[in-house]
Amino acid sequence: MVMTEEGIAAGRAAVPAPAPGGRARRPRRWTAEAGWAYLLIAPTGLGLAVFYLWPVLQTGYFSFTEWGPFGGHEWVGLDNYRALAADAEVRQALVNTLLFALLGLLGIPLAIVFAALLNRPKLRGVSVYRALFFIPVVTMPVAVAMVWRWLYNGDFGLVNQLLSVFGVEGPHWIADPATALYALVAVCIWAGLGYNIVVFLAGLQAIPREFYEAAEIDGAGPVAQFRRVTLPLLSPSIFFVSVLSVIGSLQLFDLVYVMAGSGQAARSNPAMPRIQTVVGLFYDKAFYTNDRGYAAAIVMALLVLIVVFTAIQFRLQKRWVHYG
Amino acid sequence: MWKAVRTGAAVMAAAVLAVTVAGCGADEPTAGADEKATLSYAVWDKNQVPVMEELAAAFTEDHPNITVEVQLTPWADYWTKLRAAVTGGAAPDVFWMNGPNVQLYADNGVIMPLADKVAEAKLDLGVYPKALVDLYTFEGKIYGLPKDFDTVGVWFNKELFDAAGVKHPAAGWTWDDFKAAAAKLSNPAKGQYAVGANIAGQEYFYNTIYQAGGNVISADGKKSGYDDPATIEGLRFWTDLIKNKQSPDLKTMTDTHPIQLFESGKLAMYWGGSWNVTEFGNNEYTKTRVDAAPLPTGVKQATIIHGLANVVSAKTKYPAQAWEFVKFLGSKPAAEILGKKGPIPAYTGTQDAWLAANAKFNGKVFLDAVSYAVPYPVSRNTAAWNDEEFKQLTKAYTGEVPVEQAAKELATQMNALLAKE
Repeated sequence: MVMTEEGIAAGRAAVPAPAPGGRARRPRRWTAEAGWAYLLIAPTGLGLAVFYLWPVLQTGYFSFTEWGPFGGHEWVGLDNYRALAADAEVRQALVNTLLFALLGLLGIPLAIVFAALLNRPKLRGVSVYRALFFIPVVTMPVAVAMVWRWLYNGDFGLVNQLLSVFGVEGPHWIADPATALYALVAVCIWAGLGYNIVVFLAGLQAIPREFYEAAEIDGAGPVAQFRRVTLPLLSPSIFFVSVLSVIGSLQLFDLVYVMAGSGQAARSNPAMPRIQTVVGLFYDKAFYTNDRGYAAAIVMALLVLIVVFTAIQFRLQKRWVHYG
Repeated sequence: MWKAVRTGAAVMAAAVLAVTVAGCGADEPTAGADEKATLSYAVWDKNQVPVMEELAAAFTEDHPNITVEVQLTPWADYWTKLRAAVTGGAAPDVFWMNGPNVQLYADNGVIMPLADKVAEAKLDLGVYPKALVDLYTFEGKIYGLPKDFDTVGVWFNKELFDAAGVKHPAAGWTWDDFKAAAAKLSNPAKGQYAVGANIAGQEYFYNTIYQAGGNVISADGKKSGYDDPATIEGLRFWTDLIKNKQSPDLKTMTDTHPIQLFESGKLAMYWGGSWNVTEFGNNEYTKTRVDAAPLPTGVKQATIIHGLANVVSAKTKYPAQAWEFVKFLGSKPAAEILGKKGPIPAYTGTQDAWLAANAKFNGKVFLDAVSYAVPYPVSRNTAAWNDEEFKQLTKAYTGEVPVEQAAKELATQMNALLAKE
């Protein structure tokens, strides 16, 4: 949320108002204050350290070991990483995951359009629409996935029933290698839409009306207003959402796990090689074939990937994100 | 990834907890078979919990000092949880074991060899089907006493057979009879098929592989049988059915499981086990419409037999009492209790109770099958090559690669995995 807040603040700061600069810096009274602050964040910090940081370190260590079927592990050095580099299955999962991340970004323009529509001054029942869009976000992913699995059923699903009205014979969406990935991306976008809309709506509402009035006086039409005023001032929100969306896609697991079919059905799903994600593969190796060391290596590689992608995004933001 | 790491952390935390708990209660092991003890007994089938509790109570009646606590872990988590418990030193004293896992547990010293105790108690292992005794024998020693067994047969929809004017399948029918019937029972335009060629070993392709005279794994468990031409014929049986549109394709079966298609009258036949009696007996549609027949005969007659066994943890604090309980579970009186409410009991001569309890179907088919049954193929790390079976066979069943090529690739991969065992 930090970025959005900043975006909103940036929008406000642009309103002609007494600038907060000029005043002398406050004296350094922070010792006691900081003490309280640390005390207050200690529970969260401790939780993070125990349940996030420590497992990450441990997983890092395990990625250099090989596990026995009943615990016990021995140091194997870089063996897991060597196997990883040569594993076609990992490569395919990586390609799939990157495709998920890339296509998942299509949800952003869609969310902006919906947010802009919801932001129209005379629209009635905004909160109802907002709630409707937000429902998928607060629904359990597994439940969402189950319902979509039924909708997508090639023989008895609602999607194909609808298509048949227009004389189109729909495919087996999640079992056909040609359509499975796109069918899943659509669900991911749909599931994340509500959250993104709310973020963008907050961003839009923080843009002062005066800007639009000024633009209008300068002769800008609605399109020019959107391009020259809305988009630049919304860019912090866009950046925030795109970072979260990419990280979320790279970690995709539950939707695929449930929708691809559970247990045996997933293993004989002909589309599986095209939709297996990196985290899905990790789960498979860690809990199905019990190759925990190798599984650890897979997630460490994913961790590096996420860090790299996020760093790239932060680097690129300088070119297009305006903080007012 | 966080989710995954968190799961990992939870497992680890559970393991740590298990170690601590185990450490707290480390009193000296007691030797006597009748000294006071509480045994934990881990099972995975919710439906069998009542009859397991009944057995536990019957045991306590004879051994008042020993109580048994039945612990249910659903199938989906059973093996994961058991591994964590074993790793943490908190394995249950007695637990259910299956074929694919027994060698892994025996080889790693997790379960106790029972050979000496069987000899000491002068138990006759001949009262159990030989295939099951073999399944639980590792390096010449028996590791578990068989509890129940299951075999595979053809469940068929009488109504659909009659409508198509096809004679009901019966003992002595052959692959040719099956194929002729399949042709008449299919109408792909209407979504009507003869059978669902599911990629499942136990109920499907393992059976036809042995019927074709092939094998999944060599008798010594060291070599894959998938490059044997006879084995490939056993697989072709299924890929041909899909090719001829007498079975739905994998895409359809991914979306809707064959058992659901069978229960909605879309499939005329369903290859299934003796365990399906409960499912088909309770389902409104199948209750009155289906019955069981033996599997068709190929080059020879074969069905896969599998069954569970009760095993004792190698680390139990009460080895004598645990053995006493397992011995009771393997006895005739215990088998008689089991048959009335559970699966087919393994003890020869106690199966009538099961037949009587499931009289609406021709259950005898599954009992007769024991005489020509083949043990479920396993090795030390069965799960590893089971995974490979799915990967390679999926390509053959979709027609992406010819079945010979997929089978040979599978043999190569499986042999590599077997060499590592």
